[in-house]
Amino acid sequence: MKKDEMRDIELLIGKILRIGVLVSVTVMILGIILMLIQGQGGYATKTYPTTFVAIFQGVVQLKPYAVMMLGAFLLILTPVLRVIVSIYAFLKEKDYLYVTITTIVLIILAIAMIGGYFAGH
Amino acid sequence: MITSNLLLMLITGLLAGILGSILGIGGGMIVTPILTIAMGLDIKYAIGASIIVVIATSSGATISFLRDDMLNLRVAMFLEIATTIGAVTGAALNGWIPKPVLYVLFSLLLLQSCYNMVKKLLNKPATAEQAVVQPDYLSQKLRLNSSYYDKALKQKVDYQVKNVPGGFLMMLAAGIASGLLGIGSGAFKVIAMDNIMRMPLKPSSATSNLMMGVTAAASATVYFFNGTILPNIAVPLALGVVFGATIGSRIMQHLHPKVIRIIFIPILLYLGLQMFLKGFGVNI
Repeated sequence: MKKDEMRDIELLIGKILRIGVLVSVTVMILGIILMLIQGQGGYATKTYPTTFVAIFQGVVQLKPYAVMMLGAFLLILTPVLRVIVSIYAFLKEKDYLYVTITTIVLIILAIAMIGGYFAGH
Repeated sequence: MITSNLLLMLITGLLAGILGSILGIGGGMIVTPILTIAMGLDIKYAIGASIIVVIATSSGATISFLRDDMLNLRVAMFLEIATTIGAVTGAALNGWIPKPVLYVLFSLLLLQSCYNMVKKLLNKPATAEQAVVQPDYLSQKLRLNSSYYDKALKQKVDYQVKNVPGGFLMMLAAGIASGLLGIGSGAFKVIAMDNIMRMPLKPSSATSNLMMGVTAAASATVYFFNGTILPNIAVPLALGVVFGATIGSRIMQHLHPKVIRIIFIPILLYLGLQMFLKGFGVNI
């Protein structure tokens, strides 16, 4: 792969990281503003939404903790998205060795997510 | 009560972000001691909040490194296999390891990074002389050898990489430390690339920063779904750190960082000792 093609991938990754951080920070700030307005998290003491369903329902009802958890989740997803885009970029460059390597990383991340989900519920 | 708590976390994050960028260590290294020692939070939740902080700082810093053309994307991708496996293992182990052990492990790391900072203060910065490195079979096969633009030397520097299996093993350890203790473990990653694989320091630290985000994401998903990440703590803290790190890097350009480091190293040392003692059930 030529150096400037690599450079294109790096620029794309930079863009994704910037958008990811911006979006998640915005959602987190919204959650905090909601919490300042409502004066509470929207859930009983020491309970927090940790499932997709609970977070989704909470976001629809504008519950502060749910919006904050969504922001945190989007932040976690930002590096994952970086990995996904890298796979696409390596594929476009026909660099199949690195398509494989990056896919392995993605699979590990997916296993972590599924494992964490079932360990917690 | 609940909103004052929120503001307290925001301010804590802000200070941790400023301090972290001045001291040149990750936010995770500062956040956990403050949350556990100064605020009495359970170390489990401190680690959960801290891993979110690590992702936020890594993504922020990587954007500027990308502009400077410092990253080695192939090295990052290949070694991320090791760090993510390590991170998931670390996060899974976290529930099984007794909390006193977590305190002691964390304090040892904190004391170690204090020692490193003192050493850096005493020694003059080493001149970046790149010895000739013989690339090995694996580094050629994986096409890890690359180049970066050195701002100080004002030229493109080509470099080779060796001892890939050694670096891979060290990255596995770095991943476990990251997942278990909620830190970026940048120091371990730099050791793996710089000392073991003989990559120049500048691309090593830039690449380490990029890897931190993916590594932390692997354990963060485990912590997110098992309820270790509390929104009222992790979210204001992460926001505070993001803004604090931005302020900190601006301050850095105007202040003489050496004086500030001399002031803050004893504080970190104190927190480290406190955590160590807490591991043995002693509260001062």
